[in-house]
Amino acid sequence: MSDFFTSSVLVATFASAIRLATPYLLASLGETIGQRSGVLNLGVDGVMLLSAFFSYWTVLQTGNLWLAVVVALAVGIIMGVLYGIITVFFEATQGISGIGIFIFGLGFSDLMFRQQVGTPKPVQRLPSVDIPVLADIPYIGEPLFQRSLLTYLAFALVPLTFLLLNKTTFGLNIRSVGENPQAADSLGVSVERTRFAAILIGNSLAGLAGAALVLQLGIFQPNLTQGMGFIAVALVYFGAWRPLGVMGGALLYGLVNATVLQWKSLGIIPVSISDLAGMAPAIVTIGALILLARRVNAPAALTKPFSRH
Amino acid sequence: MLNKVLGGLVPFLAALVAFAFGAIMLIALGANPFEGLEAIFDGAFGSGERLAATAVKATPLILVGAGITIAFRTNVVNIGGESQIIGGALLSTVVALGLPDLPAFLLVPLVIIAGAIGGGILGAIPGALKAYASVNEILSTIMLNLMMVQFMNYLLRGPLIDPYELEAGTRIPQTERLSDNAALPTIIGGTRFHLGVLIAVAAAIVAYIILWRTPVGFRLRAVGHSPKAAKAAGINVKRNITLALAISGSLAGIAGAILVFGSEGQRMVTDGSAAGFTSSAGFNGIVAALFGGLHPLWTIPSAFLFGALLTGATQLQRVLQVPSSLAVALNGIIVIFVISSSRVRTWLQTTLGNTNLFGKEEDDEDDEEINSTAEVTT
Repeated sequence: MSDFFTSSVLVATFASAIRLATPYLLASLGETIGQRSGVLNLGVDGVMLLSAFFSYWTVLQTGNLWLAVVVALAVGIIMGVLYGIITVFFEATQGISGIGIFIFGLGFSDLMFRQQVGTPKPVQRLPSVDIPVLADIPYIGEPLFQRSLLTYLAFALVPLTFLLLNKTTFGLNIRSVGENPQAADSLGVSVERTRFAAILIGNSLAGLAGAALVLQLGIFQPNLTQGMGFIAVALVYFGAWRPLGVMGGALLYGLVNATVLQWKSLGIIPVSISDLAGMAPAIVTIGALILLARRVNAPAALTKPFSRH
Repeated sequence: MLNKVLGGLVPFLAALVAFAFGAIMLIALGANPFEGLEAIFDGAFGSGERLAATAVKATPLILVGAGITIAFRTNVVNIGGESQIIGGALLSTVVALGLPDLPAFLLVPLVIIAGAIGGGILGAIPGALKAYASVNEILSTIMLNLMMVQFMNYLLRGPLIDPYELEAGTRIPQTERLSDNAALPTIIGGTRFHLGVLIAVAAAIVAYIILWRTPVGFRLRAVGHSPKAAKAAGINVKRNITLALAISGSLAGIAGAILVFGSEGQRMVTDGSAAGFTSSAGFNGIVAALFGGLHPLWTIPSAFLFGALLTGATQLQRVLQVPSSLAVALNGIIVIFVISSSRVRTWLQTTLGNTNLFGKEEDDEDDEEINSTAEVTT
């Protein structure tokens, strides 16, 4: 255990926690916006798999990382349009339609990977960009200010999402259709349009999350996410539908994951129980849900399709 | 009557549209869709052996699907099929390891019951968390899915690993070959058609009887319809929510036991992922249940259909070199279309005429069918 409490190992663990938290944070912030408008999107994992595959494929074909990010964003938008049509226009049961999106994403990304790539080949990763001066601060410089642009974007989106939800008319509309769509409708707010927009933003961020995941790893394999998208949904509950809370959840999750990985490699967790240690993040999440479930209120209209009839 | 017939056709039309998508995907992958369909058909029904393989593939889908119906009728969502299958498989494996010498007529029922208990516990946990601690069951079941994979990997790489694997140093994460007395007897010689298929069909029928012919089922459905009204009538809502997920989980757990004791290897193996053991039956069972209109009996043919799609897809891979995950993608599309079609159905019903036909005189089951597909919420 003393191996762990050396400054270099702690700094490395913290740095990997920030890196691991990035895809969760992007996906969770998107899910937060969607859920505040009353739409549960359980398909995040599927969207992440699709965007991860297509951005990986883009890098394989072109070697252009930024094009890969744009492709991931486009995949997110396409899936957002699809999910918007399903939930807003067809008023489908959200939990299940999201599972449909997940299964589709799981199968289709697997199909495309086997058909187009076959065996996993590594690609270049997102470069880290040092922020001048700050990057040189001892201890916190490396974990916080020598990261990729997508990580900076994810953390910058925390205050931006807060401002969007709380200080703009659009954000007010999102919250009102999530709490009381009938009242919002009677005041002239288009529930359909607002929810559709929220879904689009949410899925775009899920798309970016997929890009962040695969471009940090530099490799794709079938079912790459292994349920990360579902955890991102749980983190929204964990963070009580607030961007800052969601960030706290993503960081905690990243930290638990990073610590487990670090402890495994240092041999603090023996190989024989390393699978058990792998259960830790999910246990932490369930524990947090138990503690928080009664204290916070979900958006009142969450999962309830809106219909004027 | 006309609108009813049309309304009933909508899910099938939705599935047809989904299959059209499948055809488009095949064309995009450079395969002839007719050859593709032929390969799927041939792979699923082409011989007695393949027919049996289809039935075996459908078995966990029937069980998980029937469980899903019970949960949904109580207005709880069970996405924990994967964890419940694994839980059932693990507990039944432990029983078979501990009591290998029991005669088959005792050991076979015992491993099935152990499967039901293992899955039932993993259903009861999210049920109780929802009922008594207000934890959203979708989230807790998903977390349990993630946890049980790791737990399975831990057990199969550690405490339950075949001692021979340790000796030989190959360390394949699998148990030793389990007692032959626990093997599910084959019903039709020369094929894989085993007792598990019949157990699944019987379980779906029992699920139907529980839901519509017993006071237990009446209480579950009452809770599903309106927890407030149920409570006013003196029904213990919390206990029934827990019970619904426990029953749902135990059916998935039986599927887990059948996956182990109906397999040729007669042992539990992991490739590190949940799907490696379950073939995603925990999710595909949801598809089968939805397609069967959330009715336990309709889940049987529905599961058979999806079993056919899954076995057919392996043939597709062999003949046309199209990865079998095409079937998984297609399953997702079918869910999306079927779930979207319930809106189209109500729309058809209201536009095409007098809604009275759907009114109170209709028999209880069909009436609810429409309600719950449209209104299942968290």
